[in-house]
Order: sequence, then structure tokens, then C-alpha cells
Amino acid sequence: MHNVVTIFRREFASYFATPLAFVFIVIFLILAGVFAFYIGSFYERGQADLAPFFSYHPWLYLFLIPAISMRLWAEERKSGTIELLMTLPVTLWQAVLGKYLAAWAFAGVALALTFPMWITVNYLGDPDNGTILAAYIGSFLMAGGFLAIGSCISATTRNQVIAFIFTVVICFLFLLAGFSLVLSVFEGWAPQPIVDAIASLSFLTHFTSISKGVIDLRDLLYFATVIAAWLVANAIVLELKKAD
Amino acid sequence: MIEINHLTKSYGSLLAVNDISFTVKPGEVLGFLGPNGAGKSTTMKMITGFLTPTSGSVRVCGYDVESQPLLAKSCMGYLPEGAPSYGEMTVRTFLEFIANVRGLKGETRKRRLDDVIQRLQLATVLEQAIETLSKGFKRRVGLAQALLHDPQVLILDEPTDGLDPNQKHQVRTLIGEMSKDKIIVISTHILEEVDAVCNRAIIIAGGRLLADDTPQNLAKRSPSGRLDDVFREITTGKPVTPEKVAAHA
Repeated sequence: MHNVVTIFRREFASYFATPLAFVFIVIFLILAGVFAFYIGSFYERGQADLAPFFSYHPWLYLFLIPAISMRLWAEERKSGTIELLMTLPVTLWQAVLGKYLAAWAFAGVALALTFPMWITVNYLGDPDNGTILAAYIGSFLMAGGFLAIGSCISATTRNQVIAFIFTVVICFLFLLAGFSLVLSVFEGWAPQPIVDAIASLSFLTHFTSISKGVIDLRDLLYFATVIAAWLVANAIVLELKKAD
Repeated sequence: MIEINHLTKSYGSLLAVNDISFTVKPGEVLGFLGPNGAGKSTTMKMITGFLTPTSGSVRVCGYDVESQPLLAKSCMGYLPEGAPSYGEMTVRTFLEFIANVRGLKGETRKRRLDDVIQRLQLATVLEQAIETLSKGFKRRVGLAQALLHDPQVLILDEPTDGLDPNQKHQVRTLIGEMSKDKIIVISTHILEEVDAVCNRAIIIAGGRLLADDTPQNLAKRSPSGRLDDVFREITTGKPVTPEKVAAHA
């Protein structure tokens, strides 16, 4: 535990040691605002809720989260620090968890900085703050899922651009699985349980259901499983190919 | 103690390290010699637990590196090839990070940090980002990191690469000072370095251990009495004729 904290702190601080943190946060906040106000018609629809804000988070994360995760392991490989880290008295798990949690906490900071949206909607009307809190939790969990995918992909390469592109593609598949367009392809011929299974693989399905204000144990379990599975894969990838 | 038993590493059909065995005792400074691609770094990576051997075993301080990696790694300090470190960190935060991972606390932590900063003359660059430092300073930061917990066993992969003659001299003096009760393994291409700091030399080429002796005894193997000639003779398998020596000199 002590080592996880040490690695977490180093990794978390490293985001802020370069302009990366500020560039990321500023772009995230601007895009989140643009989506909510212009595309989501936050004002025009005249409802005191944050649905237009949260409904674009999956698409925002699709491109922004891989930008955080791409460096996690690819950079360690490129600079050779993976050899330093792996010969220090830390276990593979402590390294994987410490780095992953730092990236997740960073995404959490960016998400938390959208609080002016919450203030705005409370100033303008009388929203259901419970639903908003649930949506924030859902959004944070979804970011965690994207990051776990990204962390694993980042461990497979020393090239951050490759890590970015593959992470976007795989995250896109995880999102698309819940899209009605994709589901309608299967609905014609596949039995309903299979269509449901494909839909239930999607980040979108689970995020949407949480962001409606219902925190269902199954949705939490889904994100926990996705994160755990990708982190296990992450550790296996590192164990198999530490050196190259 | 480092005990290496029939250590082998293969990549597909390529044998990078081929059945190497030797032991190193406290007080020994072992120079690890060999041409590029001989398997020096691969062997060091297996000793430090970064690479898993295909077969054979490594024990460091009595701990098997594969089955008790944390205990083995705790008693080792390692400078990987090229002295990698986190470029965006300052020298101070980097060394503090290593101190935390090594579990150094309180008075000991402060004493050890002060000691390596003084020994490697890092006081002037403590607040600078490592990526902005010269090659020589980066190498010294890497050495500082390896020495920080005052380990029993030091594994240094090309510790003087990229240093100027004065800095090389300092690092050699440093190794000499520490060598009394420690085990130090250094890899190098620079044969004069072996003469200067090592009391034992191992020559490997093509993944095989070809010679294991004191530098003085090794030098005696050549009529010219020069370690360079012995090295070339052993690693190329051809006798070095006096003419060639003259041309080389």
C-alpha cells in the first residue's frame, strides 16, 4: 500500500510538471461547455438539469482520455525508466495500480472542475442534485473504464501515438456496442438475450442508466469488472514483455 | 554474495546468454567485459530481476531473484544502461521518490540523501529538471539513485559512459571507496577502467563466459602484457600479432 501511494504521488505530480495538465484541463472544460451549451442546447430546452452536459461525456472521453492514458507505460518504455521502476523493490501490481489511480485521479480533477455547470444550473432553477451527483459518479466511473483500457494498450508499445490510436479504436467499440445503430444490425436475426448481452457490454448503456439518477449495483459491478479485467491484462502484458 | 547458476537467456533461437555460472563475494569489484552484444547487459538485467532467465538461477544476498524478488531487489542498487530517470522531475524530487520507494525514513533518510548529494556533487542542480541536465549530471543522478539506500550489492551498467575524464576519475574513486565490504559489478568497454578499479574481470562474448581472473593475470596471458590484446584475442578467437599491436598503438 505504501508503495502504491509513493508511485501514485510521483505519477500524479508528473502530470502537473509539464503543460499537459493545464492543456488537458482547459480543453476538456471548453469542449464540455461547447457541447452542453451549443450542441446540447442547455439554455434553449429550458429544463433545470445537466442532461445535455453529461450526455456528451462519452464522446468527449473517447478522444481525451486516451490522451491521458497513452503516456502511462509507453513513456516508461521509451525512456527506459521501466527498467528502473521494475528493479526497485515494488511489485508489478503496485506499479500498475499506482500509475492507473494517478491517471484516474487526474481525470477526476478535470471532471470536478466542471463544477461551475452545477452552480449555473442551481442558480437558474431547482434541479435534482441527487441525479446530478449520480451522473458525476457515472461519468467518473466511465473515465476509469476508458483509462484502464488505455493503460493496458499503453503497456503494449513504446510509441505514444500508436497507444493513442488503438485506445481510441477500442474505446469506440466499447461505446458503439450500446448504440441503437449497431444493435439494430443484430436485432433482425439474433435472439434478444444476445442483443442484450452486446448492449450490456457498452459503456454507454451503463453510463446512461447511472446518469438518470439510478445507481444500480449491476452498473457499478460492470465498471468494476471492466476496470479490473483491463488492469489484469495490463499486468500480464508487462510481465510478458518487460524489456522490449 | 551473488550466486549465478547456469544462467541462460534465449530469444527464439538466439542465445543471448549461454550457461553462465559464477559467484561474487563481498570486497570484490567485478569488471564485466565484452564486445557490444556479448550479453553483458542481458546478464545484468537478469541479476537485477528485470528479465526472467530462460533457465538457471540468480541468488543475491541469499535470496532467489525469481522467487523472492522484493528481498533481492532491496539489497541491490542498480544503474541501468543509459541511466534512465524521470526527466520532468527535479533531482531532489527524484531522489526523494527513490528514498520513499526504498523505505528510508527519518534521520537515516536525510543522512543518506545528504550523503549521495555530496558524494556525487549534485548540490548545485538539486532544483533542476533532470531532462535539462548534461549527460554527465544525468549519469551521476543515476548513480546517486543506485547508492541511495547504501546497498550491499551494486550493479552498474557502464557507469562512466558519457563522463569527462575528471568525472570518470571521480566515479572510479567513489567505487574504490565503497568496495571494501560491498559487492560491485560494473560493465564497461573501457579496459583501463578495469585495471583502475576492478580486482576481478570476467570476459564474455557471444553469451559465453570466456575468462575469469584478476586483471593482472589476464594481462599476463598476452606476450605484450596488455589487457587490450588479451581482450581481443579472447573475444575474436584470433591471436594478436605484434605488428597489429604496433599499428594499434
